[in-house]
Amino acid sequence: MIELEDVAYSYGGGELLSEISLKLQPGSFHFLTGPSGAGKTTLLKLCYGALVPTAGTLRLFDVDLRTLDRDGIALARRRIGVVHQDCQFLDHLPVADNIALPLTVSGRDTLDEVANLRELVGWVGLKDRADALPPELSGGERQRAALARAVIMSPDVILADEPTGNVDWDMSQRLMRLLIELNRMGKTVMIATHDLALIRAAKSHVQTRVLRISNRRLQLAGADL
Amino acid sequence: MTEERGNVINWIAGDAQADRVVPPTGFTASLTLFSAATMAFLAVFALALSLATSRLADRWGEELARSSTLRISAPEGQMTEQTAAALRVLESTPGIASARVLEKEEQRALLEPWFGPDLPVDSLPIPRLIEVIEEGEGYDASGLRLRLSEEVPGAVLDDHTRWRRPLVEAADRLRLLGWLSLALIGGTMAAMITLAANAALAANSQVISVLRLVGARDSYIARAFERRFTLRALIGASGGMVLGCGAVLALPEADPAGGFLTGLGFQGWHWLWPLLVPPVAAVVAFLATRAAATRTLEAMT
Repeated sequence: MIELEDVAYSYGGGELLSEISLKLQPGSFHFLTGPSGAGKTTLLKLCYGALVPTAGTLRLFDVDLRTLDRDGIALARRRIGVVHQDCQFLDHLPVADNIALPLTVSGRDTLDEVANLRELVGWVGLKDRADALPPELSGGERQRAALARAVIMSPDVILADEPTGNVDWDMSQRLMRLLIELNRMGKTVMIATHDLALIRAAKSHVQTRVLRISNRRLQLAGADL
Repeated sequence: MTEERGNVINWIAGDAQADRVVPPTGFTASLTLFSAATMAFLAVFALALSLATSRLADRWGEELARSSTLRISAPEGQMTEQTAAALRVLESTPGIASARVLEKEEQRALLEPWFGPDLPVDSLPIPRLIEVIEEGEGYDASGLRLRLSEEVPGAVLDDHTRWRRPLVEAADRLRLLGWLSLALIGGTMAAMITLAANAALAANSQVISVLRLVGARDSYIARAFERRFTLRALIGASGGMVLGCGAVLALPEADPAGGFLTGLGFQGWHWLWPLLVPPVAAVVAFLATRAAATRTLEAMT
């Protein structure tokens, strides 16, 4: 699905990531951890084509990223649901419209899809907040809305960047349960987090692979995780 | 062809949901409406100027090209004889439809603006004037002058070329100036709309990154801006066009004597020309916004 081979990424003259090789298999569940500034967000951005590697090969759904034009990247992104750390929304649109945005931009906002949208809004527990504007939501509600938006196109891969960063423990557990549920539906999930407790809690519910970025390189985390 | 027409219809019909993804921005909306209205107002005047000068050039060209004047200055005793000789020469010259001696009353009328109504034409040594009207391809002016110099020594042929050419040239230049003004107006409007579109795109960089995050193609993002600016330009230009036409209507009626300034306006079917201003403004806005959006989206990659 997403494959990185000896990928490096440099920014401002310095190398941020080096010799990264990773293959996200269908239905797999990955955690990506490491200290702040290690390059977790950069690696996720590489995985959905927001950044282009400065060296190595990155394949999105078996196509070399370098051969994709901007339309090609846009189409690939429709197969990847992204939950951002800062939950980017269009603040002038209600939550329901924000969640439906991937359908809108891909021209799939049909009646059937709208019915799915209602179901999805209920699934993430935002039925009563569907008409609210994003700035009116709490941190947890924003994260759940972002997750709903990420999965509305039924993507093959879900990439989440610190999805529990701004919420309390109960809410983070709730969000993790949603992500695990999606993985059980066959979705590939990769979550970037520095919350080791969250990783330990999740490991008891789902088979995961924990990766750590250290000294610009990606390695399998130790047995302590 | 059918598919292209379908795309255009879809574009005009728009997508209400897609239009909402870009938040309205008051400043750029006002700038586009105002500049389109102002430019359309000026465009109507430039059009009126171009068409009026065009008419003027045609009229001067046609009227003056078909007639000439023969002036006979001869001593008192020879005037009648030389006039008759001149008429004979003219009647036998190919390309001349008619030639007639101007009556004393007509000559008095010609001199009236300078000497007043009671000029004693009979007692003054005024040259005799013969009006010559051409036909077909006209006559050979050089050949006629040669014949006249031999047979009517006091005759001077004025085929109006000397003073018709600068007049027609002046009218042609005014017409060119009108079209140039139209081009400048279009260019200025494109520049202003580009500025407004750039400002709107910069103000919405966060919106653009969200749209890209969820898989929007650049063409989709650009279209949201294109539609908005094109419709604003169309509405603004329509308003400006109506005001411009009203202002042209309010100008003084055309002077039957052919005064230039009072003839500035539209006549007959030329009133349809201003209707082209709003759609042309919309096309200019569309192209300007598309270029600005393409540049910005490429730069944001």
